[in-house]
Amino acid sequence: MSNAQAQKSVLWDWLTTVDHKKIGIMYLVAGGFFFALGGLEAILMRIQLMFPNFDFVTAQTFNELLTMHGTTMIFLAAMPLLFGFMNYIVPLQIGARDVAFPFLNSLGFWLFLFGGVLLNLSWFLGGAPDAGWTAYVPLSSEYSGTGIDYYVLGLQISGLGTLIAGINFLVTIINMRAPGMSMMRMPLFTWSSFVASALILFAFPALTVGLLLLMLERLFGATYFAVDVGGNVVIWQHLFWIFGHPEVYILILPAFGIFSEVLSTFSKKRLFGYSAMVFATLIIGFLGFMVWAHHMFTVGIGPVANAIFAVATMAIAVPTGIKIFNWLFTMWGGRIQFTTANLFAIAFIPSFVMGGVTGIMLATSAANYQFHDTYFVVAHFHYVIIGGVVFGLFSGAFYWWPRMFGYKLNETLGKWFFWLFLFGFHLTFFVQHFIGLMGMPRRVASYLPGQGIDELNFVSTMGAFLMSVAFILLVVNVIVSVKNKSEADPWDGRTLEWAIPTPTPEYNFAQTPLVRELDALWYEKTHGNGKIKAAEPLDDIHMPNGSILPIFMSLGLFLASFGLIYQVHPVTIIGLAITLGAMFIRSIKEDHGYHIHKEDIKKEEGVG
Amino acid sequence: MAEAVKHEQTLPSHPEKATLEGKNKFLGFWFFLGGETVLFASLFGTYLGLRNGVADGPTSQDLFHLDLVFIMTMILLTSSLTSVFAMINMKKGNFKGLIIWMWATVFLGACFLGFEIYEFIVYVDYGLGFTTSAFASSFYTLVGTHGGHVLFGILWISTLLIRYRKAGITLTNAPKFYVASLYWHFIDVVWVFIFTVVYLMGV
Repeated sequence: MSNAQAQKSVLWDWLTTVDHKKIGIMYLVAGGFFFALGGLEAILMRIQLMFPNFDFVTAQTFNELLTMHGTTMIFLAAMPLLFGFMNYIVPLQIGARDVAFPFLNSLGFWLFLFGGVLLNLSWFLGGAPDAGWTAYVPLSSEYSGTGIDYYVLGLQISGLGTLIAGINFLVTIINMRAPGMSMMRMPLFTWSSFVASALILFAFPALTVGLLLLMLERLFGATYFAVDVGGNVVIWQHLFWIFGHPEVYILILPAFGIFSEVLSTFSKKRLFGYSAMVFATLIIGFLGFMVWAHHMFTVGIGPVANAIFAVATMAIAVPTGIKIFNWLFTMWGGRIQFTTANLFAIAFIPSFVMGGVTGIMLATSAANYQFHDTYFVVAHFHYVIIGGVVFGLFSGAFYWWPRMFGYKLNETLGKWFFWLFLFGFHLTFFVQHFIGLMGMPRRVASYLPGQGIDELNFVSTMGAFLMSVAFILLVVNVIVSVKNKSEADPWDGRTLEWAIPTPTPEYNFAQTPLVRELDALWYEKTHGNGKIKAAEPLDDIHMPNGSILPIFMSLGLFLASFGLIYQVHPVTIIGLAITLGAMFIRSIKEDHGYHIHKEDIKKEEGVG
Repeated sequence: MAEAVKHEQTLPSHPEKATLEGKNKFLGFWFFLGGETVLFASLFGTYLGLRNGVADGPTSQDLFHLDLVFIMTMILLTSSLTSVFAMINMKKGNFKGLIIWMWATVFLGACFLGFEIYEFIVYVDYGLGFTTSAFASSFYTLVGTHGGHVLFGILWISTLLIRYRKAGITLTNAPKFYVASLYWHFIDVVWVFIFTVVYLMGV
């Protein structure tokens, strides 16, 4: 039967795949595309702000650009790119053949993709959303065009995909670990993915409700946010930030995990304070839910609430500080290799600490009245998101590229990329602290000359150009490096994902591995023969069948969204019928997968 | 866990968790219910924030009658009990008992839904439209989302019952029935909170 699998066309294979590795790669490709799109939007904004009173784009376009830049980068670039690594790497790190729910894994990806496409179609269909990525009411409920409808439905669909992915990772990590892989032997990337998934599970439903309310308000005349008939606009802010604050930890925790892997590998040392790192991750995850109102200090929730949320926010500095010191101690006395992946990890530490320090400043609720809605805030969150998440993505890309694609990215080009990006990043955002302190508000389409911010804005735009050049170098690197075939374990790795042949076989592990220690592969290299012991005899391997249904489920919701936006309810009904019909087929059709026979495995392993 | 093995004689005592797939479903569904909890908590929070925002429309005191809601509560609680009976029968390997008690659950769920639709019609007649006031919107959204969950549960369990009407208990369908009954209990628990927070605090 495995022969029948091999005869499928390439396109059909990718459209129907439930293989976590292929889905991971699709997440990376789609996320990379949206990352470029979000970057383009940023560049257009920076050009508009290059000179005072500049007339490059209209104010309306600027509003659409800033909204779509934020929304795209958070929901369609950073998270999917992290999901790409989580999908590909986590099952390998825990010695599993697949995720717990391969079908749902595919469904999560397609929901994300259709949601992202829906959101971006708004550019061509009456204008993109223009109320900021936070879409505060009543601006978004009463004063915005159809763009917000695309925002509401696009994010609803892709958010559903995210929630499904989160549940999938939680169950995978709890149930699918190889023998001997206890929770406290899991690599930090797996741990941080686990905690981030828990945050997704408990944070995203609040967004689901917020988006549902906004949709009902806009399309069906509900009145939650209409003050004249008893509504309350602050409810939106609460719902949004109850989701929105954990969201930033959903982004940063997997990046923390990547740094832990990279710093330990390239320092040739075991991660310092492993258990402290694990508990710090858990504490950050927990505190992430306790601080949402620090985004609302100036709304008027009162001095007591402000004080409580200020203290809770500052408390997060403690576990984060523990992590920073543990990374430093991991490098201390190590044999450090300055690969591109490691350079990003090392540069992350000071960059992220700067973002953390401005975070503490912003958490001081009294001072926050001065900083609120200025470029100081913009500088702060770009320091943590680029200096943290994006550096993590680049570090992870260079580190795991050989595992995922079978070739190594060019290190010379990589170092050019790193230095240009690092320099461009600090040039862009460091000056924005001062632009903000001088009083320039965020989200304005232009500014008047002679306020002492002209030169700083110009410098900031130059930095953005440098980052773009750097990104182009990365794309070039991906293309020209294809011929640099890599061996299975190019970095002298420590964890299980480096113990298997390259390219990674469809079934990952011919025999389920037996894990004897933290850093399982390193332990076998130093205490054994360098090969992972098997926990089972070689036998037939059960694999799930691919399915086209996830695309139909997502397509149905995509169509239904158009019906809702343009109030053509037959289309809504047809769309929902497609989705429910696909779910019905999935429910009544028992699919028991197929087996790869051990003779075929022996053949493949012999070659690999 | 390859073929649709049917062995009613040798079923393990927990057929819903006997396979890795079953274990995954069981755990994944608990996590899903955790997310659903946050979803309903958000809707409850919204309702509590807006329940006095009645504008010129009717208030909850004008509308709510505990006798109707009490009957609905009893029906839904009983439906949870019947789904427990179904699960007991499943663990005993009594397929017929499973099917009968599950149908009873579906029937009671449908009765509940009928009462809820009737209740909404009465309220609309009384002047509480969906768009009348913030109270009205948040009330219909909270209770309606719960009703939507009941409807989905009815359709889901009916699908399972028709699909497996002659299949016997297998290691494949036992987890499906089990998570469906978990879902049903969850809906029931949410209703207990709605009964308390919306109706008892609203009359």
